[in-house]
Amino acid sequence: MSKLKQGKDRPTIGQVMDEAGVGRRQFMKYCAGMTALMAMPPMATTAFARQLRAARLPSVIYMPFQECTGCLESLTRSFAPSLENLIFDTVSLDYNHTLQAAAGVAAEEARYQAMEENFGEYILIVDGAISTNDNGIHGMSDGHTFLEQLYEAAEGAAAIVAVGVCAAYGGVAAAKPNPTGAVGVADLIKDKPIINVPGCPPIPEVMTGTLVSFLASGVPDLDRHLRPKAFFGNTIHDRCYRRRFYDRGLFAKSFDDEGARNGWCLYELGCRGPTTYNACATIKWNGGAGWPIESGHGCIGCSEPGFWDQGGFYEPVTAKLFSERGQSVAAAAAGVAVGAAAGLAAKSRKKKLAGETE
Amino acid sequence: MTLLEFARGPMLHFALLVFVFGVIWRLVSVALLGFRKHYSEERNSNDKALMVGTATCGLRSWPHKEFIGRTAFGEAVGYGYHIGLFTIVLLGAPHVIFWQNLFGFSAPWWPTLPGGLITVVSVLTVVLMLIATIRRAMHPPLRQISNFDDYFTLAILYAIMLSGLWAVLGGPGRYEFILAAHIISFNLLLIWFPFGKLMHAFYIFPARFVNGYLHAKKGAAT
Repeated sequence: MSKLKQGKDRPTIGQVMDEAGVGRRQFMKYCAGMTALMAMPPMATTAFARQLRAARLPSVIYMPFQECTGCLESLTRSFAPSLENLIFDTVSLDYNHTLQAAAGVAAEEARYQAMEENFGEYILIVDGAISTNDNGIHGMSDGHTFLEQLYEAAEGAAAIVAVGVCAAYGGVAAAKPNPTGAVGVADLIKDKPIINVPGCPPIPEVMTGTLVSFLASGVPDLDRHLRPKAFFGNTIHDRCYRRRFYDRGLFAKSFDDEGARNGWCLYELGCRGPTTYNACATIKWNGGAGWPIESGHGCIGCSEPGFWDQGGFYEPVTAKLFSERGQSVAAAAAGVAVGAAAGLAAKSRKKKLAGETE
Repeated sequence: MTLLEFARGPMLHFALLVFVFGVIWRLVSVALLGFRKHYSEERNSNDKALMVGTATCGLRSWPHKEFIGRTAFGEAVGYGYHIGLFTIVLLGAPHVIFWQNLFGFSAPWWPTLPGGLITVVSVLTVVLMLIATIRRAMHPPLRQISNFDDYFTLAILYAIMLSGLWAVLGGPGRYEFILAAHIISFNLLLIWFPFGKLMHAFYIFPARFVNGYLHAKKGAAT
């Protein structure tokens, strides 16, 4: 943990970059990449760089709740050291009980101290869902429920970044029947800026990019699920390199057929690309080496709310979400009964009318 | 539950049940009506009448040569958008997947057409539907026999077609909303289907057959 420094005592990102020997050209290249990624005009690069250099490294408190540490794994195991990593590494990560050396009371004291010294200024990163059933007792650490810890930590936060689909929307913990009453941060905290960076896990560059964007220019433009539009503005389907096969009606029917070998569209195999907003198709994973669809598996829609309850991963997007065919038979039987009654009644009326005429 | 989940979950489920119930109701009730007693001497054998009835199903599908000048345009437009609708519904890839999943079978042999072609067919179908709607509103006899049923059905069809095109062409708005709108309009069509003139899809050939059969029995030309 870095030595705690308050507000203006903290170094700026520019100072940290200079100390780390990051050249101007490299820094500008990074800023140009970030502005392009966030769909900002090229003219904005200079202003972005200036703001980013001037931004002071914030205190960051990283709270893990009902999570699997996959998001942190993704973040810390991103590919070759990059500027995003450098920025993330040099922020004052004042609390993360997975990464920090301190444990137990010492770790918690570090958190309380950071929260107190940076009250109203620190960034709270939340990883994992929060249990709400039975006053939240299904998720606890240090004798406190995650629910209590979230409310406590959120109080002095300048903004909250919910990383991973669990922190954003409840994720796997909230999957039916959701025994712990797990919810995302935005379901509980209503009075703080919240930025969701969903995914299972999120793309490392999206996490660090969101943080950098926040440092440079505050809360970015968000969509209705509170995701930065810069990274979650397009569907996977719209940016997918297999889209041309979809447009031509060429689909893999199974994972080992000719279509799959030819790299055809995985829509019929359940790809959630059309309804999933994320940057996998453009930023990709592992240093741009590939991404799930490039590896031959459809998108599972992990950055969408309630993705665990969207039906089977291998059911196409247009597929229905029910399977009670027995009810159709019952409806048909009811139709026969009502139809027979109506037909016979009409027949009898017709007969009666015919009798009257004769 | 999101709008899309609702559209393709409970609402689709409900719409299908209404559709199955309503169609069977209408078919059974009409089938049980029976025929009016006819008093004339039988001019043709039952076998001949059956043949004529069958032939009538096809003969009625083509404009009568005496009226071809007046009806050919309307029939061509009608054929055009019906063929368009069937092509989109039966050969559009997302629809084929939907049917296969709905009926619970896998049919790798079921062909699909390229998305671009389906889009072109869809645009042409909408244009033909527009012509048919305008003609319905302008043509005096057609206007006289048209009522809420016709225009409501057309409105639902427009909603389905336009939301489908919107989704495919990536118009403004989020894809899941557009897809939900597309499925909801289809659900409305399913619910409305048994209670309006859309039932012609089920009645058309039995009605023609019965018509031809009865006329043959009476010795009338069909």
